[in-house]
Amino acid sequence: MSTSDTHAYNAHADAHGDAGHAHHPTGWRRWVYSTNHKDIGTMYLIFAIIAGIIGGALSVVMRMELMEPGMQIFGDPELFNVFVTAHGLIMIFFMVMPAMIGGFGNWFVPIMIGAPDMAFPRMNNISFWLLPPALLLLIISLFMPSAPNAHGVGGGWTIYPPLSTTGQPGPAMDFAILSLHLAGASSILGAINFITTIFNMRAPGMTMHKMPLFAWSVLVTAFLLLLALPVLAGAITMLLTDRNFGTTFFSPTGGGDPVLFQHLFWFFGHPEVYILILPGFGMVSHIVSTFSKKPVFGYVGMAYAMVAIGFIGFVVWAHHMYTVGLSLGTQAYFVAATMVIAVPTGIKIFSWIATMWGGSIEFRTPMLWAIGFIFLFTLGGVTGVQLSNAGLDQVLHDTYFVVAHFHYVLSLGAVFAIFGGFYYWLPKMSGYMYNERIGKLHFWVTFIGVNLVFFPQHFLGLSGMPRRYADYPDAFAGWNMVSSIGSYISGLAVFIFLYMLWDTFAKKRVAGDNPWGPGATTLEWSLPSPPPFHQWETLPRIR
Amino acid sequence: MADAAHAKNHSYHLVDPSPWPFVASISAFALALGGIAYMHGHSLLWTVPGFLGVLYTMFVWWRDVIHEGQKGDHTPIVSLGLRYGMILFIASEVMFFVAWFWAFFSSSLFVGDHIQATRFDFTGGHWPPKGIEVFDPWHFPLLNTLILLTSGTTVTWAHHSLLHKDRRGLLWGLALTIILGLLFSCVQAYEYSSAAFSFGGNIYGATFFMATGFHGFHVIVGTIFLIVCFIRAYKGQFDPKHHFGFEAAAWYWHFVDVVWLFLFFCIYVWGGWGAPIEGAAH
Ligand code: HEM
Ligand SMILES: [Cu+2]
Repeated sequence: MSTSDTHAYNAHADAHGDAGHAHHPTGWRRWVYSTNHKDIGTMYLIFAIIAGIIGGALSVVMRMELMEPGMQIFGDPELFNVFVTAHGLIMIFFMVMPAMIGGFGNWFVPIMIGAPDMAFPRMNNISFWLLPPALLLLIISLFMPSAPNAHGVGGGWTIYPPLSTTGQPGPAMDFAILSLHLAGASSILGAINFITTIFNMRAPGMTMHKMPLFAWSVLVTAFLLLLALPVLAGAITMLLTDRNFGTTFFSPTGGGDPVLFQHLFWFFGHPEVYILILPGFGMVSHIVSTFSKKPVFGYVGMAYAMVAIGFIGFVVWAHHMYTVGLSLGTQAYFVAATMVIAVPTGIKIFSWIATMWGGSIEFRTPMLWAIGFIFLFTLGGVTGVQLSNAGLDQVLHDTYFVVAHFHYVLSLGAVFAIFGGFYYWLPKMSGYMYNERIGKLHFWVTFIGVNLVFFPQHFLGLSGMPRRYADYPDAFAGWNMVSSIGSYISGLAVFIFLYMLWDTFAKKRVAGDNPWGPGATTLEWSLPSPPPFHQWETLPRIR
Repeated sequence: MADAAHAKNHSYHLVDPSPWPFVASISAFALALGGIAYMHGHSLLWTVPGFLGVLYTMFVWWRDVIHEGQKGDHTPIVSLGLRYGMILFIASEVMFFVAWFWAFFSSSLFVGDHIQATRFDFTGGHWPPKGIEVFDPWHFPLLNTLILLTSGTTVTWAHHSLLHKDRRGLLWGLALTIILGLLFSCVQAYEYSSAAFSFGGNIYGATFFMATGFHGFHVIVGTIFLIVCFIRAYKGQFDPKHHFGFEAAAWYWHFVDVVWLFLFFCIYVWGGWGAPIEGAAH
């Protein structure tokens, strides 16, 4: 290859004596043909931001509809359900997963374990490039006919039959199903890549028990992906054949059973919710330790708590199905198994607190997000334990209480972790420091906004407001108004985030190798910011 | 190559940039669109462009992998990584089959559940559902079991020959495995064509055809994988130290074999127990 297309990846790289290989392409090819984990990670992050904006916009429109009783925006309430579905699928598959695993996982797992890249760099790129077509299929589905006079998938992200089979025979559902197929393939390949990288490419001396917790979290997540997603693939393939080829997996008139779909879906779905949070656990551990200037309390316990969560996560799925007519014994089992998850989760929360305990805590922006995470995630965990009681859940199932629960663990848990990780690593990834004031403003506006959105939903759920409805009786008006106002405030926070990004790249405040000081001990902080195109050309040795 | 100033001092494989992932995902997109068109009443031909694109990218992508292996990029640590990759891939495949077995057992074990009245009416409360005539497991299915088990031994023979630099044994072992694989597919196709129950409209046919059908698809994929290995063995690309491509094909073949044993014992033998056997009356 000629050296004429060589360019220094960054100013620091030269100083450190490795300008990268002489033959990496420039221009659009650098991205489309990429086999570089950092470039692929960057594409994932940009993709996640775009998907997050789309998904967020859908949710604000939903809240506009729900601001007052009666119909305000949607002529047809069915369209509201289409928004609910698209919001859920986009946020889960195209925002949180790409950001945490594809984005931060790609960027930092190889660096942290002292590897020059991922195990399968070319496969890494297909994991990314399957996502834009998948998202496109989902977006096309919004405009495709589903049922007579209706467009788009309105079955919720859980796409239960018979609504997703005979209920919506048009092509919209098939677009959504194939979108999930592509996104699932992307994640399975990504999972294989991460597990292989972590098992096979740790630097000399980097034993499993020295490996940073973020790498541990991605490892466990990757196993969940590897083992859970194929079951979803099977389930939605059954949907596809029931819809289009006359099979009767989910149709009792042909000897099938719609509840079978729920079992298969939640066998995937519950591990999936841990897929959405585990990398966040990892990131929060790093942030808390960095800004408390102390090593993580109970490191080994923290790692194995995640392993335990991963294991137990596979045997609790039917806590989503207490109202389908499970036998009493089955319900009792799932109640007990589900409550057990609170134990390793508790270990994590207490260890984070113990890490902060007695530390000299610095309240920089990432730390605010991490503390916000611990606080709000705990709240979501507590409502989770409440819902795990089958008796209570019979009443609360499919009400806004559940919506409040999973948004506390997701929108206020996973998303806070993502933002924390983003502020924590932005200086490393871009080489530039964000503006602390804007970062803090972003945090506080988000914090107030999302709590206003979701806290009142507990009250709405307890008083019986069902989820996935476009309208409600006047009695629910008050808290819905509060919730909607909260969503506008959260929407505002997104603009602050975008402004922060612009500011960071416009002002070009050089961050330096390690802007966080002695608390930041993982390997990425020993590299320049941004790191050279290929780091660790000579492997680091870990004592 | 990079000049000495920034040479890499490790034996990992930093793969060159490649257009194939992008081409593959565009093809997958086209295939999805074609599939949807087909499922909504258009011609099956709509799936052709995407399908060809996928096949093309598989071909060029793996061709590149083989070239890289021969260039020496697959150092011991990289080979180990490939092994992890293949095992993990097979693990995910196992979970895919779990979904189909789940569907089978949930329909067959709980068939007498009175709460599900509509289903009970359809099945008559027993498995196989009333009116279903099953295959005699001890005819073609048993034959296929023997075919696959034998192919498991022939592929092991090929492996041993490879390890002992016995080229003839390697080629013969592979050829026999491929022939047995093709034979299995033919027997399966013949069996399908004479089924006394249909794919649509009943849960027995749904679970039977989807589970055995996906297995059959895997047999075909595994056979192609073995054919590629045969060509590579013929060209002398394997040596006793370096033949991960062969090993991956063999692992995959064993996996397909084991899935079949489960299908045979669960669906054909146990799942057809006591049911009227097709053709028995004639
Ligand atoms: C102590 C831990 C947790 C427990 C005991 C728990 C328990 C539950 C239960 C019983 C439900 C079913 C409620 C119903 O539909 O009636 C539920 C729903 C849900 N949980 Fe959790 N949960 C926990 C943590 C989490 C975490 C960490 C996440 C994700 C980050 C999560 C995400 C969800 C989601 C998305 C749903 C709703 C799914 C749907 O119906 O659309 N949960 N949880
Ligand atoms: Cu769950």
